[in-house]
Amino acid sequence: MAEDTKNKGFFASLNDSPSTDEFIKGLWRDNPVFVQVLGMCPVLAVSNTAVNALAMGLATTFVLLMSNVLVSSLRNFIPKQVRIASYILIIATFVTMIDYIIAAISIDLHKSLGAFISLIVVNCLILSRAEAFASKNTIGRSILDALGMGLGFTFALFCLGAVREILGNGSFFGMAMFPSNFQEWIVMILPAGGFFTLAMWLLFFNMAKQRRERA
Amino acid sequence: MAEVTTIPNTEQGNSMKMLQAMVGIGILCALLIVLTYEGTLPAIERNKAEALEKAIFKVVPDMATKRNFTLDESGQLVPLADGEEADGKIFYAGYDENGMLAGVAIEASGQGFADILRILYGYNPKRQTVVGFYVLESKETPGLGDKIEKDTAFLKNFKRLDVQISKDGKSLENEVTAVKHGEKENPWEVDAITGATISSRAIGDILASSTEEWVPLLFEQRERLEDIKTEKEN
Repeated sequence: MAEDTKNKGFFASLNDSPSTDEFIKGLWRDNPVFVQVLGMCPVLAVSNTAVNALAMGLATTFVLLMSNVLVSSLRNFIPKQVRIASYILIIATFVTMIDYIIAAISIDLHKSLGAFISLIVVNCLILSRAEAFASKNTIGRSILDALGMGLGFTFALFCLGAVREILGNGSFFGMAMFPSNFQEWIVMILPAGGFFTLAMWLLFFNMAKQRRERA
Repeated sequence: MAEVTTIPNTEQGNSMKMLQAMVGIGILCALLIVLTYEGTLPAIERNKAEALEKAIFKVVPDMATKRNFTLDESGQLVPLADGEEADGKIFYAGYDENGMLAGVAIEASGQGFADILRILYGYNPKRQTVVGFYVLESKETPGLGDKIEKDTAFLKNFKRLDVQISKDGKSLENEVTAVKHGEKENPWEVDAITGATISSRAIGDILASSTEEWVPLLFEQRERLEDIKTEKEN
């Protein structure tokens, strides 16, 4: 929870007004995937195509946003001893809702995400935002935080999904990218490919970070 | 004495608060879920019916019109109106532009690798083959097991899968079986996908049990199925 203390110090200097920094930090500086390395299960599993990655990211953003709003508005009502149970209950509710909503929007999309929608419940990113942020901050701030973190997560999933789909399937958003004699890198759509791609992106982000610090 | 009573009192107050919080959140969550369920149900059912309708036309090539049927207890054909429910299993007869029977679409399900697989396949009584196949519902591993829906080589198995009736007309001459990739020798074998063996085998098993049950019944009714259509047009 090093991030927790850092947030507090930061807020002290900011008094109590919602700030765009709450939003930006999740998108870039504290990106949930590339910097905090949270919620790796869907990142590795559902990033095999760009569409799946995008849909998964947006579904997670919805759950994150709604659970942050509810947790933040109930933060003085929930006793400390039962807070984790309450958060899980709230998160599971919104996951069930998004499951129905996706099925209502498109059966095909629901089909391709399969079991991973229900697995959003155990995404530690969502629980960590509820515990570390929403339970201690105002609704306005929690909304900005959820949007930033959610879109940062979506962006990261999309980065992985695009690379994996192009190399592993020879397509992008389902459209063929290469002539038909292109030999797909099957490994990229297998779980191992997820690890390789994630490692490359982490390498890239850490290099960028080091360069920024040196400058 | 005062100390003794105050401690349980605060504890009781705390547990009351916890109980209130949990029950309150529980009720709120239940309400939200029920509202979403009720709100999305019509759209989901419409989507599912649309997907089934599309799938029916996909698994029976050359199909122009569709008619729903079921079999009653004595094995007699009962025509159904569109959307009508029945006690028995519903199957879908497809007719080509000339009103001739193009094939029958049958739904089947069974255990896959991850969850229950629901499939739809087309049967052509004239050629005595399975002519089409579509996965309606699956939670198979993305990138591996879900190839049963997309792999073109695998789907080619079901363009002409032999389900010839045996001489006594009670069962199939050869049961549908899934074999290892590249080892398909006979027209009733399903060439499995490398890396998705369990899912391919599940499809083979589902087809085997469903065709064993349905193909002899439908084969017996093949003329009746055709006549009903012509009767209607006359």
